[in-house]
Amino acid sequence: MRLLAFIALKHLLARKRQSIVSLLGIVIGVAFFLTISSLMQGSEKDFMKRLVDNSPHITVYDEYRTPRKQPLQTLHPDAVIELRHVTPETETRGVRGYRQILDQLQATPGVRASAVLTAQAILSYAGRDISLNLNGMIPSEIRDITTIEDHMTQGGVDDLIANRDGIIVGEGLMKKENLRMGDNITLASSTGQVRTFKIVAAFRTGRANYDETEAFVDIKRVQAMTGRSNRANSIIIKLADPNAALAFSRALEARIGYKSVSWQEASEDLMSTLFIRNLIMYSVVSAVLIVAAFGIYNIISTVVMEKHRDIAILKSMGFQALDIQHIFLVQGALLGIAGCLTGLPLGMALMTALGRVRFKPPGLTDPVNMPLDWSAPQFILAGSFAFAAAVLASYLPARKAAQVQPVDILRGNT
Amino acid sequence: MTGAAKKAAQEPQGDFLLEAREVARVLEGDVPVHLVRGVSLTVKAGDFLAITGPSGSGKSSLLYLLGLLDTPSTGEVFIGGRDASMLNDDARARVRLENLGFIFQFHFLLPEFTALENVMMPMRRLGRLSDREIKARAEKLLTDLGLGDQVKKLPRQMSGGQAQRVAIARALANDPMLILADEPTGNLDTASSRNVQMILKDIAAQGNRAVVAVTHETDFAEKAGRRIHLVDGRIAENA
Ligand SMILES: Nc1ncnc2c1ncn2[C@@H]1O[C@H](COP(=O)(O)OP(=O)(O)OP(=O)(O)O)[C@@H](O)[C@H]1O
Ligand SMILES: [Mg+2]
Repeated sequence: MRLLAFIALKHLLARKRQSIVSLLGIVIGVAFFLTISSLMQGSEKDFMKRLVDNSPHITVYDEYRTPRKQPLQTLHPDAVIELRHVTPETETRGVRGYRQILDQLQATPGVRASAVLTAQAILSYAGRDISLNLNGMIPSEIRDITTIEDHMTQGGVDDLIANRDGIIVGEGLMKKENLRMGDNITLASSTGQVRTFKIVAAFRTGRANYDETEAFVDIKRVQAMTGRSNRANSIIIKLADPNAALAFSRALEARIGYKSVSWQEASEDLMSTLFIRNLIMYSVVSAVLIVAAFGIYNIISTVVMEKHRDIAILKSMGFQALDIQHIFLVQGALLGIAGCLTGLPLGMALMTALGRVRFKPPGLTDPVNMPLDWSAPQFILAGSFAFAAAVLASYLPARKAAQVQPVDILRGNT
Repeated sequence: MTGAAKKAAQEPQGDFLLEAREVARVLEGDVPVHLVRGVSLTVKAGDFLAITGPSGSGKSSLLYLLGLLDTPSTGEVFIGGRDASMLNDDARARVRLENLGFIFQFHFLLPEFTALENVMMPMRRLGRLSDREIKARAEKLLTDLGLGDQVKKLPRQMSGGQAQRVAIARALANDPMLILADEPTGNLDTASSRNVQMILKDIAAQGNRAVVAVTHETDFAEKAGRRIHLVDGRIAENA
């Protein structure tokens, strides 16, 4: 094999210019593949991280996916019963027995859970009415269950724990309404109850809409404002392993009956969008490498054509068909390896350059860096794809070379 | 062929390094071309056999059959007593590697490799010797042929006669029992031609191998111990 590789290398070196041109194709292909792939994966990971971190892994809602079974059906599961015109019972909104559910969840290792009562509230300020999403939460548990603490610009969750009449609002809202820390604001609920809160902390997530409409207060205040004491309309859950959310939510829902939505389910359409996006981008970057593979096919075919006589000589010397095939496969492999060795660093340079670029995506108020995935799988993927393309491209010409019959060539030459 | 006859045919054929039995080669087609028609011959160690004949008489075709580069349409070729018609392509390549050395009208050295590397090539493929032994043997072969100072040269940097001698060294590399040469002097000037003729004669004279050479040149044919004259694919004269 060493001899065959030696011959292969000599063949390539004898055609430096052609070899370099076809090498360039692979180099650019690899660099491009790596950069785009890491950009795509990076943004996907970034996106998923935001999705997973900034929202609950599972949300239990105070509703059912299907109307509850009628007692008659539960009693005679096998009987042929048809019930018509059943209207689902009007229930008081809210998760019944949420404390027991919470206790159970909190006793499970790797699970953090808290109850939330959300409500719409109207902020009347300076003669204007603004609608806010009031997130009534148990102040001591906010930190466990949301990442809002990470986005605090002034004050913190502790201030809400200290002052039960406090409210945490977004910088966006404060800026829009010219509010300051310590200001008192008056909120009205849909039932007409009015309460005054003191701004104790402010956050800034960078998502403009979120920063202008979300607010966090003590759950008890929301319960009072909406006249739903001891109620929560959802339970939010964080898991130590976010990927377990789907299975966990199914099991939970089967147990308690309430609709439990994992982040995977909630973002199903996003996931399929991501999948399609990946499909498109891998098609595009693969196309680049396929074009490069044609370059390799081209040079190796040329070498094989030019080398018919040498192939005949090698065979008359006692080289076997497979030896000949290997010589040309190795040429493809050598081009593939050389392409990776130059293409991957070039790709890394491109990635470094792209990583420096800051831009402001729509919906965010702060510029961010291009998210790039520097993990090993990206390099392995780009490298092995290029290598495989190069070897595959050389396969056909190599097989043709192996089939050269020495007599056919020698007859023409003597 | 019956089973018994087949078995008999496979038995070792005395001391013959090479034996052809009624070998014929036809190129099938709309008009079949008869390259070789029923040639039988034997070659022993120490033989120097010249094959002569007019252009197109089938000399090269016969040599390819003897050298297992081509397969006879009918008849058998035995190399070292083994029936080569039974062998597949890879096994025939193996026989060529171990037992046969080819020399052609053109040196057919691999252009990217130095004289030394060209001579080392069959030995490296065979892989019986260490790299150092291979190099030493290649250098000795080249020096014996008067090319001691040419080892590092590429084929294009050498004269026709020098390159042809490198090709001879390459043919001898794996110490084959049979050298097959197709007009080895056909492309050389008179002095080089005589030189190559003498080398081939010496190789045969050493006694442990045989040389079969196709040639047009009468003085070359006269140097050979035996001569076969082909006309139209048949042996017309066997001397
Ligand atoms: N592929 C082929 N198709 C048709 N005819 C062929 C083919 N190869 C060789 N021939 C014919 O077969 C005959 C024998 O050819 P061969 O090359 O063996 O002759 P030769 O004796 O070596 O001739 P020369 O002295 O010119 O080398 C010639 O008539 C040649 O034209
Ligand atoms: Mg000929």
